[in-house]
Amino acid sequence: MSNKPQGLLSWIDARFPLIKVWEEHFAKYYAPKNFNFWYFFGSLALVVLVIQIFTGIFLTMHYKPDANLAFASIEYIMRDVEFGWLIRYMHSTGASAFFIVIYLHMFRALLYGSFKKPRELLWLFGMVIYVALMAEAFMGYLLPWGQMSYWGAQVIVNLFSTIPYVGEDLAIWIRGDFAVSDSTLTRFYAFHVAAVPLFLVFLVFLHIVSLHAVGSNNPDGIEIKENKNADGVPLDGIPFHPYYTVKDIVGLAVFLFFFSLVVFYMPELGGYFIEHSNFIPANPLVTPDHIAPLWYFTPFYSILRAIPDTGGGAFAMLLSLGILFFLPWIDQNPIKSIRYRSMLFKVNLFVFVLSFFVLGWLGMRAPVPVYSEMALRFSELYFLYFVILWFLSKPRPRLISYMYFIFLLGIITLYDFMRVNEDTQVLVSIGWLLPFLFLAFMFLLPMFTNINEDRIVPERIT
Amino acid sequence: MVEKKVDKNRRKFLTNSVTFVGGAGAAIAMWPFLASMKPSARARAAGGPVEVDISKMEPGQKIDLIWRKKPIWIIRRTPEMVKSLEDNRVKFRDTNSDNEAQQPDFAKNRHRSMNSEYLVLEGICTHLGCNPSYRPEIAPADLGKDWSGGFFCACHGSRFDLAGRVYRGVPAGANLKVPPHKYLSATRIVIGVMPDKEVA
Repeated sequence: MSNKPQGLLSWIDARFPLIKVWEEHFAKYYAPKNFNFWYFFGSLALVVLVIQIFTGIFLTMHYKPDANLAFASIEYIMRDVEFGWLIRYMHSTGASAFFIVIYLHMFRALLYGSFKKPRELLWLFGMVIYVALMAEAFMGYLLPWGQMSYWGAQVIVNLFSTIPYVGEDLAIWIRGDFAVSDSTLTRFYAFHVAAVPLFLVFLVFLHIVSLHAVGSNNPDGIEIKENKNADGVPLDGIPFHPYYTVKDIVGLAVFLFFFSLVVFYMPELGGYFIEHSNFIPANPLVTPDHIAPLWYFTPFYSILRAIPDTGGGAFAMLLSLGILFFLPWIDQNPIKSIRYRSMLFKVNLFVFVLSFFVLGWLGMRAPVPVYSEMALRFSELYFLYFVILWFLSKPRPRLISYMYFIFLLGIITLYDFMRVNEDTQVLVSIGWLLPFLFLAFMFLLPMFTNINEDRIVPERIT
Repeated sequence: MVEKKVDKNRRKFLTNSVTFVGGAGAAIAMWPFLASMKPSARARAAGGPVEVDISKMEPGQKIDLIWRKKPIWIIRRTPEMVKSLEDNRVKFRDTNSDNEAQQPDFAKNRHRSMNSEYLVLEGICTHLGCNPSYRPEIAPADLGKDWSGGFFCACHGSRFDLAGRVYRGVPAGANLKVPPHKYLSATRIVIGVMPDKEVA
């Protein structure tokens, strides 16, 4: 007897490529053998998507998308529906968990150059997923119809009205009214529960199909497909099933431990996962004293506020998100993994992550002058990451290094001169030191040391 | 029977024209769906003019009403407030209300109103649509010693004076909007219609 399938399986297989799909994507899909901690987050993102869809379906059974009923229906779910509190807290915690997992997943790509050739399209699909996820989270946050829901939506929809000429009409069209109102709530509900999730699932499908076409990157950034045995199996690859299915289950168990901890013991996480003002029903006449979006939007929100001009701030925010799409073409260094990149690359990435955290923290604070100045400086560092990444694509002559230093510092200093006045002199001067020191480290220090030298990449995975 | 050669060009033309006509048709078919998202007849009807009686307002008092779901403020300024507007001549982005989108012509003056005592404004920050708070007090601790009364938006720190004029160096780029309105009598204002010609 051969190992040909029998019975029901063979009946199905004659009509649907079940075994072929199983082998191509699980049993004979070879992934690099050296995956580490950072490789948990792709499969975890998929799990969180399933949690969100599943809990979301049960929430729609009790939720009322009506400006007069929405707030009360959430309280009804929390108090009167059996286990309603659990389902709702799983959904609200899932939203934050989704972004934690996605941010770590994206950080992995920055660490190991996973966006580089041949994975550019994989990165782009991932970025579209990220943006769709932001839309999904933003529209979902309006549904409880609390104060923060309402005013958050008001602020974000008004971003569209900063577009020249058509902005005002566009904002009215998005809201379906002259201000955020019942018609806005019902359409956000439609997008949140039907349109965007369908789109997300489709995008995840594309993301995985393109991943399996090019294969995973790995912490060494070495293509395993370049070293195959006589049967065409990568020498440094192991089958996805059972090796990585089992590994991912361990990751899932650890994830669910932390997830449950939040769901059961601190579902609001001190106002970070559900903001306190959202326990007050929406009131179009009273803005809360302090509006902050949820934590996963605050880095971009800080960049929006850092520039004291509506159009300029909105543009900077859009740019800070949009520039990520171009990462595969910005970083043209052939070495993928951070393991073999220079010290400058490591410091640059560290400063970028630090800026992201600081901007995120500032985005939750009221905009007092010191914080506004910090937001501007860390926004500058955020954008400099990409410039330096481009600069480090290949070895550059000293003169070019000098020119970059003078040019970049010149732009920043010029902008400071335009905005400084007698009240802000001290603050701006101290703040100026931050980009100055960073640029000096990146462009001048390498002339005296070898911190700009990349290392030799081995032939095979270590 | 005569073997006919396939004319590839005609086929290509046919394919292209069908693609174009079909694509245009599909694009046009999107129109009803996109248009359905515009404010409905009911929402537009609810956006009609609103009448308000200002006879009972105290000096310095602010009242809120709603027109087109937007907060509208009416402020009865005290003589000191009107005087402070005359004195405060610095630090504005648009001191003379040159940005015509932000007020009807009758409010293009120092106090940005038809009547220097009563100020009518849309209570929506021109930055991103928050609701600025009315802070008539002079130099409160949180707003600094230079504050001479006005509106402060806590969302992003925009500042406006008692005529809704935006200060320099804050996120908002335009003065607070003066909605179209007219006086029916000395104590009745209607929001949402322009004054008759002879009044203006």
